[in-house]
Amino acid sequence: MTQAEIKLCSLLLQEHFGEIVEKVGVHLIRTGSQPLRAIAHDTGTSLDQVKKALCVLIQHNLVVYHVHKRGVVEYEAQCHRVLRMLRYPRYIYTTKTLYSDTGELIVEELLLNGKMTMSDVVKKVADRLTETMEDGKTMDYAEVSSTFVRLADTHFVQRCPFAPITDNSDTGPPPPAPTLVINEKDMYLVPKLSLIGKGKRRLSDEDASGEPKAKRLKHTDNKESPHPKAGQTWHSDKHQATVNAAPELRNKSSITTSLQRSLPVGYNISKQVLDQYLTLLADDPLEFIGKSGDSGGGMFVINLHKALASLATATLESVIQERFGSRCARIFRLVLQKKHLEQKQVEDFAMIPAKEAKDMLYKMLSENFISLQEIPKTPDHAPSRTFYLYTVNVLSAARMLLHRCYKSVANLIERRQFETKENKRLLEKSQRVEAILASMQATGAEEVQLQEIEEMITAPERQQLETLKRNVNKLDASEIQVDETIFLLESYIESTMKRQ
Amino acid sequence: MAGNKGRGRAAYTFNIEAVGFSRGEKLPDVALKPPPLFPDVDYKPVPLKAGEGEEYVLALKQELRETVKRMPYFIETPEEIERYSKRYMKVYKDEWMPDWRILPRELMPKKKCKKANPKASKTKGVGKGNSLTNTADVLKKIEELEKRGDGDKSDEENEEKEGSKENNKDSGEDEDEDAADQEEYDEEEQEEENDYINSYFEDGDDFGANSDDNMDEATY
Repeated sequence: MTQAEIKLCSLLLQEHFGEIVEKVGVHLIRTGSQPLRAIAHDTGTSLDQVKKALCVLIQHNLVVYHVHKRGVVEYEAQCHRVLRMLRYPRYIYTTKTLYSDTGELIVEELLLNGKMTMSDVVKKVADRLTETMEDGKTMDYAEVSSTFVRLADTHFVQRCPFAPITDNSDTGPPPPAPTLVINEKDMYLVPKLSLIGKGKRRLSDEDASGEPKAKRLKHTDNKESPHPKAGQTWHSDKHQATVNAAPELRNKSSITTSLQRSLPVGYNISKQVLDQYLTLLADDPLEFIGKSGDSGGGMFVINLHKALASLATATLESVIQERFGSRCARIFRLVLQKKHLEQKQVEDFAMIPAKEAKDMLYKMLSENFISLQEIPKTPDHAPSRTFYLYTVNVLSAARMLLHRCYKSVANLIERRQFETKENKRLLEKSQRVEAILASMQATGAEEVQLQEIEEMITAPERQQLETLKRNVNKLDASEIQVDETIFLLESYIESTMKRQ
Repeated sequence: MAGNKGRGRAAYTFNIEAVGFSRGEKLPDVALKPPPLFPDVDYKPVPLKAGEGEEYVLALKQELRETVKRMPYFIETPEEIERYSKRYMKVYKDEWMPDWRILPRELMPKKKCKKANPKASKTKGVGKGNSLTNTADVLKKIEELEKRGDGDKSDEENEEKEGSKENNKDSGEDEDEDAADQEEYDEEEQEEENDYINSYFEDGDDFGANSDDNMDEATY
């Protein structure tokens, strides 16, 4: 793990679970697999606290354990899972758009608690919904359960591995740690929950712990840990309507006739128009959708890797444009298109004067967006007799950009914490005033008294609070946006690595 | 012969034109120090995305940040100096009991601790505080006797620690760890010399009963 990732993990753990868990977690990320005693000794925390911290981390699926021979249990942290914590609000929002408030609350409860049994989740969510509904109405457990089942079907929620129940309870000492097994087929099975009505309920016999791993891509297999892609709809500005209208297209291939039937009625697209749209999509140079045959009216395939690659390239281009200017962006796009170019050729093709072109190329080179490829003319690689070609290696540039993103998120979080700490006194004061106001209003105080209390915060202080709030909001919003870029780049890198 | 070809003049080992500089041209300055920490940028950053969705996600994020602080998973660091006012400003959190079926046994605190308030055991120095029960008192006595050089008891305790190293969680070990860390390590170093076997406490299932039993047996 790079230093930037470790720093980011440390900040995230600290915000979510406190310093002790952060210390333990970061130590595990840095040093890999460790037994309990070693953790306690190296971090200098007491065994009791390390135990609690490990329980919390395992509960939230951030640490896994393995039993080695001689009964030693070693704990290993999963850095990428820690980094996912940045994306929790996005997961909740996506679920809200797809499954409305019930789904949103289910995912929120699961994210806050790591693992939960289905019955617990359903009960908590139903109670929360009942609170927000009008008096007299209660939320039906069945509805919450059905939403849960739908979430499990679309792989937003996943079952945790559990220890198998063994009959022989007296064959020597039980193992130090249960070996967790999970049958892949069972991962998305939901137990038959018989929750009667609203008030009374019976727990089902089988307990299943649901664990959220929001996954949108149905065709990825479940063998390795599922990729928590928060179901981001792939927005393609040109084809937004068609993509949203055809959910079947997300599977690898589909048939045109069945596609037409599945379109929502309101679209009123006739067969010819549909054919035209599909041909248009398939012929598009970006190659998101390809035609793989003619059976059944036309077989179409979505090529997700190409889509990710072009999105990643677009991100790189826009970064260059915003950092170095549009001329640099032109050069970058040129080199990307022509793969390898010499210094002279760059000047000619881009129609930019030599001096400036040189300057821009070196600026991009120094930031590692562009790399140099040497092609020797003679076997002795003499510098005067080698070609130096500029090229763009998208994968390595994406990795470099991802690393920078991690650094920037870490910086944003630190700055936000700094700002909050600076104004801690003021914030506490305003909280106290609000509490007093609320209690006074509840007991029915007069206007005059309320005004007096409000004046406890002076005008410049109010100004300061406003500025603070604005800054914190801006920093938070930036974090969320950088996280989107991180998601994109990570998906691209992962998809490329899988193909290789 | 030793490369005087240029007769004292600067000569590049490669074709300078290939990298784009013409001969005799002024080369860019050499960098003498690392780039500034906050360099001036030529272009202003693009404004952030704004919209209903983004605002909702922002609100969710801030709410989440506040909520996680109130969850039982958020473990606060114990302060060295206990402030009087903190007692009245304490946020009461729900207790959380992890599912022990999926956790390794060594992570389990002693059964006695579960009944009492587990947070009390956090404060390091006061490890032997009011939350511990009879076993702790007995062990305290053992430690005192140890210091006085009572051979049997100290051996027994040492071997307890040894036996519970990897596999079993013996109650004695944990409390001692909490209480006096320094003394711990010294004692453990000494325990190599005793002749009790490591696997003496194989079946450390029932912590409460076991520890009591051990006390009894130790008096042989």
